[in-house]
Amino acid sequence: MKKYRIYSALLLVGFLLIGYFLYASEFSSSSVFSRFPFKFGLDLNGGTELVYKADISRTDPSAVADSMEAVRDAIERRVNVFGVSEPIIQVEKSSVVSGEEEHRLIVELPGVIDIDKAVALIGQTPFLEFKLLQENSPSVIGATTTERLLESFVATGITGRLLKKARLEFDPTSREPLVALVFNDEGSDLFAQITRDNVGSILAIFLDDEPISMPVIREEIGSGEAVISGSLSPEEAKILVRNLNYGALPVPIELVGTQTIGASLGQDALHAGIRAGVWGSILVVIFLIFWYRLPGVIASLALVLYVAISLALFKLIPVTLTAAGLAGFILSIGMAVDANILIFERTKEELKKGKSVADAIREGFHRAWLSIRDSNISSMITALVLFWLGTSAVKGFALTFGVGVLVSMFTAITASRTLLFAVAPKTSSTIARFLFSNGIHIK
Amino acid sequence: MFVARYRKIFFALSIFITLAAIGAMIVFGFNIGIDFKGGSLLEVSYGDVKTDSGLALVRPTLESVQQKINGLGLGGYSVRPSSEDHFIVRTREISPAEKRDVLTALSVDGVAPTEERFNSIGPVVGKELRNKAFVAIVVVIIAIVLFVTFAFRKVSEPVSSWKYGFVTILALVHDVIVPTGAFIAFAHFFGGEIDVLFVTAILAILGYSVHDTIVVFDRVRENLRVNKESHIEEHFETTVGKSVNQTFTRSINTSLTIFIVLAVLYFMGGAVTKNFSFLLLVGVIIGTYSSIFLASPLLITLHNKKINN
Repeated sequence: MKKYRIYSALLLVGFLLIGYFLYASEFSSSSVFSRFPFKFGLDLNGGTELVYKADISRTDPSAVADSMEAVRDAIERRVNVFGVSEPIIQVEKSSVVSGEEEHRLIVELPGVIDIDKAVALIGQTPFLEFKLLQENSPSVIGATTTERLLESFVATGITGRLLKKARLEFDPTSREPLVALVFNDEGSDLFAQITRDNVGSILAIFLDDEPISMPVIREEIGSGEAVISGSLSPEEAKILVRNLNYGALPVPIELVGTQTIGASLGQDALHAGIRAGVWGSILVVIFLIFWYRLPGVIASLALVLYVAISLALFKLIPVTLTAAGLAGFILSIGMAVDANILIFERTKEELKKGKSVADAIREGFHRAWLSIRDSNISSMITALVLFWLGTSAVKGFALTFGVGVLVSMFTAITASRTLLFAVAPKTSSTIARFLFSNGIHIK
Repeated sequence: MFVARYRKIFFALSIFITLAAIGAMIVFGFNIGIDFKGGSLLEVSYGDVKTDSGLALVRPTLESVQQKINGLGLGGYSVRPSSEDHFIVRTREISPAEKRDVLTALSVDGVAPTEERFNSIGPVVGKELRNKAFVAIVVVIIAIVLFVTFAFRKVSEPVSSWKYGFVTILALVHDVIVPTGAFIAFAHFFGGEIDVLFVTAILAILGYSVHDTIVVFDRVRENLRVNKESHIEEHFETTVGKSVNQTFTRSINTSLTIFIVLAVLYFMGGAVTKNFSFLLLVGVIIGTYSSIFLASPLLITLHNKKINN
């Protein structure tokens, strides 16, 4: 049993280290561990979530992924400029099960409660596109509606994605404001190729689906620079340059969903969740000790270890905690105890058969293992499917639940086994048998 | 063991509560949330807002608010009071301008309440979530049944391994229908809807139901093996009864632990997780019931059928 006592001491040291990590990362701002705070979802912290649908109908399928990345970068720069702390901006593709393919951009803005302001902020991101006028198309000048106008042009693949920067200039002769566009390497090559192949055609510049400039291509342009001229006031040109420099969109986006959660509602949910977790654990510990006696104390220690390891993992991975995630974690506390209950019930059966305490414990663990393994595998299957298919709320639940199942395999089996052997008496005195037995019948 | 002996009574009881649950679904209907059908949800609170005279804003009556919203031409909508000073307004998907109109309608003497949350989900996203939820449930069921069949592959006598899987599904369907019916009745009287959290809870119940059934079946598997090794001739019914008996305390204690946690979550957790924990509470009770009183006796019945044929 000496071996187990050493292991137990190591476990306790590990537990203290984890405890210190949790304490320092939460309450001591000067600690190096303060880099690992808990990450809370919008439903607990308050904030706004905007869901945009990207219109990729006019985009080459092979360029969709790149374009979506460019959309993400452009919006991210825009959001960062406005000083929102820790925004989360991600691209999501509708899953195969939904029938139609849709590309979405999900923008999470913690702390932003004013949805109109948030929408306006992102709405300023321009959608820039260069289009060639089709040959034999009806007169553009006479086109009355934007729609008919759009039909006359074909996409070239040159979009805001390929823009390196924009610059405000003035025409030396007319003193008119100009917006100079500088393409990146990929954009320069494409621009050179298109201007080379289409000398004499009109290459129109569209901003948010409105044509703002329709220059005629006179010769190949290899410098990777283009100029938007005409119909711009100096003020408009200045704003356009600023907006283009924050990032121009390669595809148009449309707002399809919003969610705002007030800070107080989120805080209430968080406090309620924490309170429920603490009281739930305390009641479980009382029940375990009352029913399972000494092993119950061990199981309670394993449970505390379980909570500490899980919380540390939530910080380190990091797992964004949501109300559903908190519920998943609280539920997994109950599941974590199940393994211990299985083991202790088996131990009791073996004790009844007249085995010594140490043998009964060993046999209890051995026999309970198959049940624990199989039932935990089925829980993991559920967690994996939920994580794979779920929305962000469900993913939060699946992640905390899955982490919980895995951690509980360690704490309820390895840790509690070590601790139990460390305290197991060599003799099978009546007191020892009482301590290691359970239930309300004292025999 | 009385469970095996009186199994017909428990079958009747199971059928009865299943039918009652289906009845509740038919009578009360499914109240689908905006997560799954698209639409907007606006929650406001009055208590924190001070009027010009420095007094806290008092929540207006439901009728007066409904009257004002009726004039906005939003079509079907619902206003429901929540906690002490909240209103939750559900409408079709609304534009920012329409949302401002609703906020005005909720105002008292021109003072707007605090906007606690606003959700707006387009119909396409809603449809996708619905399909995802459905696929998730089907995939979980299939994966688990395959796993159970695999885990019990070496047990083919006297009941073949796929029958363990089959009984697990039956218990599982039972364990999903009953809490759903209970939730629909609960939601009808206390408010609540079929949303993403509902589906999450159902999936958690699926996992728990199987978890619990497997523990009992595992014991049956072990007892069959022990009997074979020590050449003990025992009736299958006796083996199953013995196994249920042996796992009985564990089943009750595990459910009790989870029950404690969930009950605390129900009473102390936030409003968001209240319906969720109610559903899980029912699920845990039913899941435990079914593994003891439904799944194991069903194994016996299947076995006896085989012998009679």
